[in-house]
Amino acid sequence: MPAQSRDAAIVGVHEFPSRDVEGALSPLQIKAKSAAAALADAGLTLADVDAIYDAGEGGGMAGLNIAEYFGLKPNVIDTTGVGGSSYEYHAAHAKRDIAAGKANVALLTYGSTAHSAAQRIGVGGRGATGHPSDNMDMFAGMTLVANYAMVAARHMHQYGTTSRQLAEIATATRYHAMRNPQAVQAMKDLEFLDIRETSIDDVVNSRMIADPLHLLECCMISDGGGAVVIASPEVARDCAKPPVWIIGTGEATKYPENGGDITTSAAAQSAPAAFGEAGVSAGEMDIAMIYDSFSITVLTLLEDLGFCAKGEGGNYVEGGKLRFDNPAGPALNTDGGGLSSNHPGMRGIFLLIEAARQLRGESTSQVQGASLAVAHGNGGMLGSRHTAGTIVLAGD
Amino acid sequence: MTEAKKDTRPAPSRPLPNLNELDTAPFWKATGEGKLTYPVCNDCGTVVFYPRAHCTSCLSDNLDWREACGRGTVYTFSIVRQSYHPFFRGIAPYAVAWIDLEEGPRLASNVIEIDPDNIEIGMPVELVWEPHEDLSVPLFKPAT
Repeated sequence: MPAQSRDAAIVGVHEFPSRDVEGALSPLQIKAKSAAAALADAGLTLADVDAIYDAGEGGGMAGLNIAEYFGLKPNVIDTTGVGGSSYEYHAAHAKRDIAAGKANVALLTYGSTAHSAAQRIGVGGRGATGHPSDNMDMFAGMTLVANYAMVAARHMHQYGTTSRQLAEIATATRYHAMRNPQAVQAMKDLEFLDIRETSIDDVVNSRMIADPLHLLECCMISDGGGAVVIASPEVARDCAKPPVWIIGTGEATKYPENGGDITTSAAAQSAPAAFGEAGVSAGEMDIAMIYDSFSITVLTLLEDLGFCAKGEGGNYVEGGKLRFDNPAGPALNTDGGGLSSNHPGMRGIFLLIEAARQLRGESTSQVQGASLAVAHGNGGMLGSRHTAGTIVLAGD
Repeated sequence: MTEAKKDTRPAPSRPLPNLNELDTAPFWKATGEGKLTYPVCNDCGTVVFYPRAHCTSCLSDNLDWREACGRGTVYTFSIVRQSYHPFFRGIAPYAVAWIDLEEGPRLASNVIEIDPDNIEIGMPVELVWEPHEDLSVPLFKPAT
């Protein structure tokens, strides 16, 4: 594929290992520790960084305060904050900025203490943001889980999708989590009951949180963080690890529209842009790192990314197709995903990290010879307003 | 065994919209008069919802408010069984839904006066007001 761009590559990654820092670290400290480890992974230093990308979880004036906190005076500052997909946007923008000659080494970081701060992300009351859309919706008590559950209900209604099909996604990610010592430790630290591989029956017999979503179809709420270093080809050539090339990017938004179809997400807009730029199709992906906030998120995104037609996701995932050792389909969330390894609120950075590990041959559920991966982040809420960020990656 | 103390705290109440939010204030003020309203663009006919002071098709600010009849259908719904919000925890399980009004607006609400397990997508529903001090909250029940 000679037309494929090789403008920028992921050269360093780090996933912060703990999911429960017990109040001993702040989100900013997790970001700094992760930055140091990702730069070391790349064989680079802080002095090499000339561009920072930040979703603003460390507080206001994100571009300024994170630069000062790290001790950087970057030439490029990007504070795109669009929820859990922010890091796919950051990777896209880093590629664009590096290709334009504005930067050579980009640093993306994330830190969160959602677990130790006891944030009720999934079933908590929604804070009023002052945005007019919230002023219309907040009286109804739509929890985040219910927001996604309404997509699942409609998907079932329109296409005949079943809970047992949705459960395939949770069993595949748990299958991978049990092979990942960090994920197993995470489940122990977060006091999961009965930590083991799960069956379809286990998932559909777990308690209902918001119909039709069961407990085991909902992601964990952990502490955590990570960092990704993206560099120009000139820098990447001399880094410690083989480069993982960013070959396609796409961005999109979706929000409630009168008469709109809730079963189609913003990915239907971002994926064609990303795969089109990369000159490859979803069917060629060895690895599918797809934001698994809930089972229905993955099912919807698999369809919108083009792994199967709209409405056929239920049939598509059956038979353990998403497991890393099943060549019939892409390997889904081989780290264990947000469902069973790591979800501190904005999981997007881990999609890039595990995709890079796979393309370097470093995953705990390694797909032999993996050469192409897609990382797709969903930010905000699938059942109402959300963002999509699609990144297509290729091994060296 | 200690004697149970009487709980003198006020009962938890439904979170209510802010009447000073400028885009949606006309909608909420009209609910106080028992009117379910929505803006329509006079230039291109677009139904704008959630309500805004401009058209989401052409950015025109030439909009009029119209009154909806209060009939609609359940586009999709979920039964919430777990909530940490004190009010919603108290009424769980309850149904949240996206309701498609006959005139086009789609709004988030609750479906009430029915066992949530009997709610179906596509079910016809009608407006029922839950009155509060300065406004009313539009909820929906199965159509009669």
